[in-house]
Amino acid sequence: MKIRTRILIAVAGVVGLAAAAIVYVGLAAAGNRDMAAAGSAGTVNLIPGPRLLVRSTADTDRGHLFTVSTADLDGPRAVSQMSCTRVYAAGGTGICLQPDNDFTTHLSVLDEQLKERRAVPLFGVASRARVSPSGRMVTWTVFVTGDSYNVGGFSTRVGILDTATGELTSTLEDYTVTVNGRPQVAADSNFWGVTFAKDDNRFFATMSTGGHRYLVEGDFVTRSVRAVRDDVECPSLSPDGTRIAFKSPVDGDPDKGWRLSALDLSTSAVTQLAETRSVDDQAAWLDDHTVAYAIPRGVGHSDIWSVPADGSGTPRLVIAEGDSPAALG
Amino acid sequence: MYLSGVGRRGRSGTVSRYTFGTVGSNVVALGTVSLVTDISAEMVSAILPVYLVLGLHLSPVVYGLVDGSYAGATALLRLAGGYLADRVGKRKTVAGIGYALSAAAKLGLVVAGASAAAIGVVIAVDRIGKGLRTAPRDALITLSVPESMRGHAFGVHRTMDSAGAFTGPLVALGVLAVVGSSAGADAFNAVFFTGFCIAAVGVLLLVLFVRDHGEVRPVAGSVSLSAALSLVRAAEVRRLFLAACVLGIATIGDGFVYLLLQRREDIATGWFPLLAVGGNLAYLLLGAPLGAVADRVGRLTVTLCGYGALAVVYLLLASPVTGWPLLVITLGLYGAFYAATDGVLMALASRMLPEPLLATGISLIQTGQALAYLFSSVLFGLAWQVWGAGMATGLAAGAALLAIAITLVLLVPLASEKEARR
Repeated sequence: MKIRTRILIAVAGVVGLAAAAIVYVGLAAAGNRDMAAAGSAGTVNLIPGPRLLVRSTADTDRGHLFTVSTADLDGPRAVSQMSCTRVYAAGGTGICLQPDNDFTTHLSVLDEQLKERRAVPLFGVASRARVSPSGRMVTWTVFVTGDSYNVGGFSTRVGILDTATGELTSTLEDYTVTVNGRPQVAADSNFWGVTFAKDDNRFFATMSTGGHRYLVEGDFVTRSVRAVRDDVECPSLSPDGTRIAFKSPVDGDPDKGWRLSALDLSTSAVTQLAETRSVDDQAAWLDDHTVAYAIPRGVGHSDIWSVPADGSGTPRLVIAEGDSPAALG
Repeated sequence: MYLSGVGRRGRSGTVSRYTFGTVGSNVVALGTVSLVTDISAEMVSAILPVYLVLGLHLSPVVYGLVDGSYAGATALLRLAGGYLADRVGKRKTVAGIGYALSAAAKLGLVVAGASAAAIGVVIAVDRIGKGLRTAPRDALITLSVPESMRGHAFGVHRTMDSAGAFTGPLVALGVLAVVGSSAGADAFNAVFFTGFCIAAVGVLLLVLFVRDHGEVRPVAGSVSLSAALSLVRAAEVRRLFLAACVLGIATIGDGFVYLLLQRREDIATGWFPLLAVGGNLAYLLLGAPLGAVADRVGRLTVTLCGYGALAVVYLLLASPVTGWPLLVITLGLYGAFYAATDGVLMALASRMLPEPLLATGISLIQTGQALAYLFSSVLFGLAWQVWGAGMATGLAAGAALLAIAITLVLLVPLASEKEARR
C-alpha cells in the first residue's frame, strides 16, 4: 500500500472515530441538561418531622433531593434543585457530597433551608455520609485512590466536623487505636462508615487493618477508637441507641456479597435480617424497629428497601429509584 | 571500564554515529500508538473508581477485588505474548491483537453495564491485551534501530508513552465537563466510548504505519519451547533475569513513595494527585535524553545511576530533611530513576538475547521484574506496619544499594566476556 493511501485511510478513520465520539458525548450532554433543570427552589427543607429525605436515581431528576411523607410514601414529593451523590440529614442539619469536575468532592453542610453553612473540599469519591441525631456532628467517608498500599488496593478516609465548635477531624487515622486492649499503630488502617450517638461524642465505625474489619467505638473528645468486635462493616446506630445494624461479608468473603444483620449492644447477640440479597450500603433507621438501605439496579439506579430490625418479616420496597434514605423525624 | 562496554558497542563491534532526534520512523510510529492507547487507558482508569463507587454503588472493597486480581495474570500473559510473537514470527500481529483487545474492552464497559461479573471479564480482557502486546512491541522497537541507538529509541518510546498517560485523565475530565458532572450512566459511558474511539485510532495507526520485522521467517526449530527453556539456561540471560528480579525487589512502588512524601510534607490531600504528575513530568522530560546518554556512556552505568537515584529518594524520605526543596528534588530524582531504568534496561537486555527469541527474552525479563515488584510492595507494606515508615524506607534504601552491588557482580562479568569474545 502506498504511503498516500495509508495516510488517507488514517485521516478518514480518525475523522470518523472523532465524529462518533463527539456525537456520543453531545447526546449524553443533552440528556444531562434536562436533568439539571429538575426540581424547584425552596420546596425541600430539613426541618425535623415525619418525612423521608431521599436522593433520586430516576432518569428525569437523577441526583436531586426530594422529601416525601413517611405516612404516604407514594404521595406527592417535594423535589429540590439541589443535587448530590450522597446525602443525609438529622436534627435540621444536612450533608451533601457532590463531585467537582476534577475528582475532588465538594462537601456542603446544610441548614434547615438547604443553605450551605460550611463547605469542606475533599479529595476522593463520596462513599458514606451521616449526621448525629442532634444535627451537631457531621461525618463522611471518601474513597481515595492513589495511596493504595498494594497494587489494586483501595484506601478510605473518614472526616468528622463538629458544627458547634468548627473543629474538623480530617482523618480518623490520627486517632489513638486500641485492639484487644493493646494500643496499635497500623499504617494500613482504613476507616469508613461512621455513625454518631445522641451525646454527640461517642461514635461507631469500621476499621480495617491486617485483613480484619472491626467494629470500633470512638470518642471524639479524647480522639480515640477501640475495636469492639470483628467482621462488622458500615454500622448504623438505632435512634434509641440499643442496636447497631451492619453489613458483613457472607462467609467472611466479600466476593459472595454482604448480609445485613443487627447487633444488640447490651447482649452482643447478632440477628441476621430477613433481607437475603447482598446489601453493600450503610443502613439507615426509619424508626426503632426498621432499617432502610439501597439495592442497586443498573448503572446509576437503585431502589430503597426496608426490613424489620429483629430478623422477622420480609423486605419491602419503600421508594423506587432512590438512594441515601434519611428519616427526618 | 567494563561497565560502559555492556551497553555501548553494537553486535558488529562498531560504535555507529548518530544524531539526537533521529530514532527511526518505526519507533515514532510505535510511540504514537502507545501515546494514543495510553490516553485511552488512563481516561478509563482515572474514572473507574468513581464509576464503581458512585455509578454502581459498589464499596471500595469490591473495587479492590475487581482491580487487584489481575496483576499476576498480566505478568504470565506477557510471557505467552512474547513466546507467541517469536513462534509465529509476527510481532506486529500479536501486538496488534493486544491493542485491539484493550480497545474492545473500553466498548465492553459500556455493554457490561451494572454487572460486576461482566466488568470483571472486561477488565480481564483489557489486561490480557496489555500482557500480550508489551513484549512484541518492545521487540519491534529493538529491531527498528541499530544496536547503538536502542537506548535512545526506548527513551523516545517511553516518553511518548508517558505523555499519553499524562494526557488521559485530562481528556476524561474534559469529557465529564462537557457532559456535566453526574453519577449516571451517560457521563461514564461517554468517557468509555470516547476512550474506545481513541484506542481504535491507536489500532488503526499500528496497522497502517508500524512495520514488522518478521519478514524473515524463523529458522525451523529455532523457536520452540525447548529453545525458550534453553534461553533460561544460558548463563548471561539467567544473570540478566536475576538482575532484573533483584532490581525489581528494590522498587517499593509509586503509591508508597507519593504517600510518604505527602505524609512527610503534610500536603493537603487535594494536592496529592499532583505528586504523581510531578514525577511523571520529570520522567517525560528526561526519558529521551537519558536514553541517548545511555547509548554513549553505557546502559549498565545509566541503569545503575538510576537505581542510585532511587536509593537517594528513599534516603531523603527517611531523612529529617523537609520543605519544598525536598519535594522538588525527590520528585525530580524519582522521574530520573524511571527515565534511566525503564527503557534503558530493555535496551541493555536486547543485546544479550538471540534475535529469534527476542520477544520471549524481553517478556521473561519484564515478568521477573514485575513479579519481584509485586512481592516487594507487599514486603514494604509489612515492614511499614511492623517497624514504622522511617525504618521501612531506610531498609528500602539499603535494599536499593544492595541491588546495585548485586547487579554489578551479576552483569560486569558479562561485559568482560563480551570484550574478550571480540
